[in-house]
Amino acid sequence: MEKRVVLKNCGVIDPGDIASYLTRDGFRALEKALTGPNSQQVIDDVKASGLRGRGGAGFPCGLKWELAAKAEGAEKYVICNADEGEVGTFKDRYILENDPFSLIEGIAIAGYAIGAKKAFIYLRAEYHFLLNLVKNAIAQSKKKGFLDHLDIEVREGAGAYVCGEESALMDSIEGKRGEVRYRPPFPPTSGLWGKPTIINNVETLTNIPRIILNGAEWFGKMGTEKSKGTKVFSVSGDVAKPGVYELVLGSPLRELVEDLAKAERVKAVQIGGATGRIIPYAMIDTPLSFESVLGAGAITVFDESRDIIDIVGKTMRFLAEESCGKCAPCREGTEVMAETMERLARGEGVEKDIKVLEELSETMMLCSLCGLGQAAPIPVVDSLEHFRGEYENRIQQS
Amino acid sequence: MKKAGQNGGKLLVLLEAAQAKSAHISTETITELAESLDLSIGEVYGVASFYSFLHTKPKGRHVIRICKSLPCLLKNAQTIIDSVRQELGIKPGETTADGKFSFELTNCIGACDKAPAMMVNSDVHGNLTPKKIAKILKAYK
Repeated sequence: MEKRVVLKNCGVIDPGDIASYLTRDGFRALEKALTGPNSQQVIDDVKASGLRGRGGAGFPCGLKWELAAKAEGAEKYVICNADEGEVGTFKDRYILENDPFSLIEGIAIAGYAIGAKKAFIYLRAEYHFLLNLVKNAIAQSKKKGFLDHLDIEVREGAGAYVCGEESALMDSIEGKRGEVRYRPPFPPTSGLWGKPTIINNVETLTNIPRIILNGAEWFGKMGTEKSKGTKVFSVSGDVAKPGVYELVLGSPLRELVEDLAKAERVKAVQIGGATGRIIPYAMIDTPLSFESVLGAGAITVFDESRDIIDIVGKTMRFLAEESCGKCAPCREGTEVMAETMERLARGEGVEKDIKVLEELSETMMLCSLCGLGQAAPIPVVDSLEHFRGEYENRIQQS
Repeated sequence: MKKAGQNGGKLLVLLEAAQAKSAHISTETITELAESLDLSIGEVYGVASFYSFLHTKPKGRHVIRICKSLPCLLKNAQTIIDSVRQELGIKPGETTADGKFSFELTNCIGACDKAPAMMVNSDVHGNLTPKKIAKILKAYK
């Protein structure tokens, strides 16, 4: 069953008019935060809620905020990652176009919590059509006096998948090529221009007003032990009803794919975009949570007519194109994987391909600089585990 | 001489503005930006060439980008690619002789719920069928 917490205003309010947001408890959470005991209380509430990052990595949000709040320096930044580039993900677009005000309120609370005076929303180039809507929402919030403590600026990306990765995103805001940084230091101590910075996903920040207003205890009642709250999913592929669905964390994959999105004859589901896990239909009751599988909530469904080897080949080609090229394991590894998979799909595979793919997967997972390269082999590894017969048959027929 | 990161984040914003004005980023623009921001030409070109939405070569007045990521491919994006190709007589990566359209393939544009989808400039068009293509393209003068 759908549970609309993050999406509670979507389709209900007018995203172009703050008045309609104010009638739905709009900015009451910010008011509660600002008139509360202190900013530490806000951080304590977010920590107690158990909220984890919704962009894919699942880092505890309150902990991130606390690190930035305690970091030395007068100049600090909040960044909202609206560079939703993961293949099959469009839930942040949906939030931005239907309820930009909840996001702005979340950013305003985050700014107060860590002591930042400046925030950036990094909007992907593909969402340029939302720029005016978001700017208008910021202007209206400012006019009403909700942003006296924080200046929010929208920065546009220019087309680069890797810029959704937080360190590449910061380089891009700094006006550079979006290349991944070595860590540590991590952004809460040394982020944008070397200053303490928190980077949160659109959905993560949209959760904040709900948590502050209704309390950490209310939030913690939803979900599993390590995955509190709800998750907004983007469902596409072989389904009758593609779209955005919000479910309590821990809900079974079957509910989302079959009951809500009306998929039939499912062969496999990829969860988390290009570098996401591939789940065969036999495991359709897998719970959706950080403990099992989740990512940023991209759900791509493949029915029985699909060729897994072809699908993984296309995915690897995408990753090879979008690798930033800074580290060799990712730059070269994704290219070799793409070439091998494409060769297999054409029926030109050889016996040792499987072994090469497995060895390369291990190297990339261990040695790549960022999450892109570390996670890139996942579709290969998973398809080899669950659909190994298809690989072997294809090689035999070659 | 400075490094790109020392320009207060202005370089990418200025490159985006330059492109919005004249559809691509010319060699002259790169030289001018390098001088005014005290950066090397290589540094500015490096940023301009990194991003797929920035063009260092002239493009058509309208840029068509068809999504070639999996969710769109599953919904027959290839037939859309074929019909644009047929309609305009050019392949992906090319520009029509009259300079009106450039045709590109792109990665996920976040419109998978309306797959197959494409962008024409900043406009997103979804639930495409080969039949709709001619009509959509006609609207761009």
